[in-house]
Amino acid sequence: MKRWMQFLVLITSITSAGALLASGGMGDNGESGGSQMPPVTNAKWKAECSSCHMLYHPGLLPERSWNKVMSGLDNHFGENASLDAATRDEITKFLALNSADKQDNRRSSRINQSISANATPLRISETRYFLSKHDEVSASTFKRKSIGSASNCIACHKGAEKGNFSESQVRIPR
Amino acid sequence: MRKSLILLGLLYSINGFAATPQELLKQYEVQAKQESPAFSGFSADRGASFFRTERMHSDGKKVSCSTCHTADPRNQGKTRANKVIEPMAPIVNQQRFTDAAKVEKWFGRNCKDVLERACTAQEKGDYIQYLVNVK
Repeated sequence: MKRWMQFLVLITSITSAGALLASGGMGDNGESGGSQMPPVTNAKWKAECSSCHMLYHPGLLPERSWNKVMSGLDNHFGENASLDAATRDEITKFLALNSADKQDNRRSSRINQSISANATPLRISETRYFLSKHDEVSASTFKRKSIGSASNCIACHKGAEKGNFSESQVRIPR
Repeated sequence: MRKSLILLGLLYSINGFAATPQELLKQYEVQAKQESPAFSGFSADRGASFFRTERMHSDGKKVSCSTCHTADPRNQGKTRANKVIEPMAPIVNQQRFTDAAKVEKWFGRNCKDVLERACTAQEKGDYIQYLVNVK
């Protein structure tokens, strides 16, 4: 083998090994196709959807659920959370674009698969995926003052707002 | 230098929502006069009782502003979803009542949640007057 060919083979193998490592590493970085939801951002979503509750990642519900949430903001789980039309429409589009049925990370796919085609859940905590993942957490644990309810993901999943629900990072407060 | 001053002025005027609590009170005063010819100014006392008075919501629960904001507006409050609400009183939170759109947004939502109707300009003015006066 000529010297330049040896060099070429070396370079190719280094780069492909690097690429392989990077793709393997993506699993927990939340890149496309990984196990965690990818980081997403929209200034209005962040500002408007986290004044009263933690910021829920769009990959937690399918598009039809987000559309239903966003068209009923005047009675949002018992509270008035109305927005001006322009802000509401921008956030709705952002949620739809990054919703569980548009994502290819494992967790979003599993949430989506656990919802029957004719259902449009508004609560993530009512999906079969959520229920099976939390079946060992008692109702009284969810009611702890430090947690509040099952809707407060961030109490135990500190990376929740970034879409990271990795089991290894769960810490249930007393 | 001159150009940058003009630019600064332009930026300031574009940001039309920036306001002081006193400017907001003036705006609500104009509205209150339109809503009622008998308007005779805002009252911090009325605002204080408005802030604390519980009413029975149609869902069967007693509710007031202080349900979430606590009885002392210098304290942090908490939403039903366990999120901290920064204090309402400008003495401890200077961001309060400096953004007309934000103030209207929250009056719009919370009046409907607590009173199940929109607030009058009189009520909004009394409320701000009370909170501005908190020392």
